[in-house]
Amino acid sequence: MAVNSASGAPGGLPGEDRSAKKGLWAWINKRLPLSDFISEQLTGYYAPKNFNIWYFFGSLALLVLVLQLVTGIFLTMFYKPGEATSFDSVEYIMREVDYGWLIRYLHSTGASAFFIVVYLHMFRAFLYGSYKAPRELLWLVGMFVYLALMAEAFMGYVLPWGNMSFWGAQVIVNLFGTIPAIGPGLVEWIRGDYGIADATLNRFFALHVVALPLGLLLLVLLHLVALRHTGSNNPDGIEIKEKLGADGKPLDGIPFHPYYTVKDVVGVGVFFVLFAIVVFFVPTFGGLFLEGPNFEPANPLSTPEHIAPVWYFTPYYAILRAVPDQRLGALLMGLAVMAFLFMPWLDRSPVKSMRYRGWMSRTALTLFAVSFIALGYLGLQPAEGLYVYLARFFAAIYFLFFLLMPIYSKLDRVKPVPDRVTYHAH
Amino acid sequence: MADHAVIADEVDLSRRKFLTRATIATGVVGAAFAAVPFIESWSPSERARAQGAPTEFDLSKLEPGQMAVPVWRRQPIYVVRRTPDMVARVAGHDGDLKDPDSKDSDQPPYAKNALRARSAEYLVLIGICTHLGCLPKQRFAQGEVYPSWPGGFFCPCHGSRFDLAGRVFTGSPASVNLRIPPYSYPKPTTLVIGTDEKGTS
Repeated sequence: MAVNSASGAPGGLPGEDRSAKKGLWAWINKRLPLSDFISEQLTGYYAPKNFNIWYFFGSLALLVLVLQLVTGIFLTMFYKPGEATSFDSVEYIMREVDYGWLIRYLHSTGASAFFIVVYLHMFRAFLYGSYKAPRELLWLVGMFVYLALMAEAFMGYVLPWGNMSFWGAQVIVNLFGTIPAIGPGLVEWIRGDYGIADATLNRFFALHVVALPLGLLLLVLLHLVALRHTGSNNPDGIEIKEKLGADGKPLDGIPFHPYYTVKDVVGVGVFFVLFAIVVFFVPTFGGLFLEGPNFEPANPLSTPEHIAPVWYFTPYYAILRAVPDQRLGALLMGLAVMAFLFMPWLDRSPVKSMRYRGWMSRTALTLFAVSFIALGYLGLQPAEGLYVYLARFFAAIYFLFFLLMPIYSKLDRVKPVPDRVTYHAH
Repeated sequence: MADHAVIADEVDLSRRKFLTRATIATGVVGAAFAAVPFIESWSPSERARAQGAPTEFDLSKLEPGQMAVPVWRRQPIYVVRRTPDMVARVAGHDGDLKDPDSKDSDQPPYAKNALRARSAEYLVLIGICTHLGCLPKQRFAQGEVYPSWPGGFFCPCHGSRFDLAGRVFTGSPASVNLRIPPYSYPKPTTLVIGTDEKGTS
């Protein structure tokens, strides 16, 4: 190639070593440190060698992000935002665009898959104390990714302009109306009209396809920068950087590439099998991933019999409905999401991993996981009779998990943490 | 080039600090002003405001006991022509209401009374549940929802209940009464929603 002749150009660059390896790769690396970048990020990045199945979900989240970006870009080529055009253009994609149905189902299933892997990724952090020092900012940036993802998913659900899109937007936007004093004006400003309208749809489209994806990419980048700096936590919650070998590398670490890239490829394979089953056989997932009323066009004069958000928001929705006062309900719903931000400072345990914690922390985490799932189920049910009382009960557990954490995590009797990671060679 | 004399290597730190702070302050003020047009662009546009103009409704078509649903500002407006019997059924259950005197509820001053209306005959409400925005259904007959039901509105989404003046019953998830838009009667049989003596909202 012609470019090769440019290597070792007359004069050279400052500090250029004439005897260095020639060729395109060397030429590039003189000018752009790709080689250094790869070694810092992959081949020279040492990750703990005792990762288990819980460590698949970070790389899977990255995979789903790419999937959503690619399918989303293609959907944008056919979708027309607007009160009069949105619903029809989605039907056009489904029926008339070649493979349009596949691209849309990949995108809609991808949204649910995103939340599944992110919730598992977060639970992993709960299990092994990954949010504790020195990873507080890694956790916070991750939580901002989660918040951006929630906004992204909500606005994306409005775009098909089905009846559930419309009424979902109505309910969620009205939540801002419960803020004292500025609420009603704020709601009008968000909608850009006196009801959920064309203006609302168009701005949600702009945020969904441009602003939030850019923000998400930036946050994910920061998340990875913070991760590379502090290093990964592990199931034992031991800092591998504290036990270095003679070569200065962590004794309990292995290079991310090829070891974990190869491991992650297995996770990707399993993920795609499950993902394809949903996309091809149950894309609506029984009304959980795509709800029935959304196959009818938006109708401001007809509320669906029963308004429920998509499953990944239902735990919070159940909390909202469990409270008999709407302002307090909206406040508690917001707190339920924000509570995660305070985890690094609520947890006073001297150890990170659940493996070395006592019965109190273990019981608390189990109760929390159960109540999160129970609230998720209750958020899908009508808010009446026994369901309301159950939602109140589980909401109480949900908040007690956070409120009492400074107490029980300190009182809890912990086991001694080993010096080195526990690991069985294969 | 470079023939001006270097007087000293020392840096006037307090001067530098002042200039840095002044630059940052100017930048922040400028950014705040620059944000105004972008923030304002989200307000309802001229077109949206024009389409939100007052709506006229002909009351002569409405039979006693009937409800019509004209639309104003994309919101269903419930216009109910109450019979004397329906008016009588508004009284007598103040103890079962969250806000019987409409103290915490949203309505124009002329509708802040026992019947929540300018006249006993016509009830004008924004037909959007104050809980989460669903459309309450009409349940005007006595005992239609439960035996002691005095007639009113029932929201199918989360079970909020309102009487024939749009006042919320205790035990409902909604906290305040149904909202009432500004309205007036330029002629006895013409209802205008969105405008009253105070002007057009």
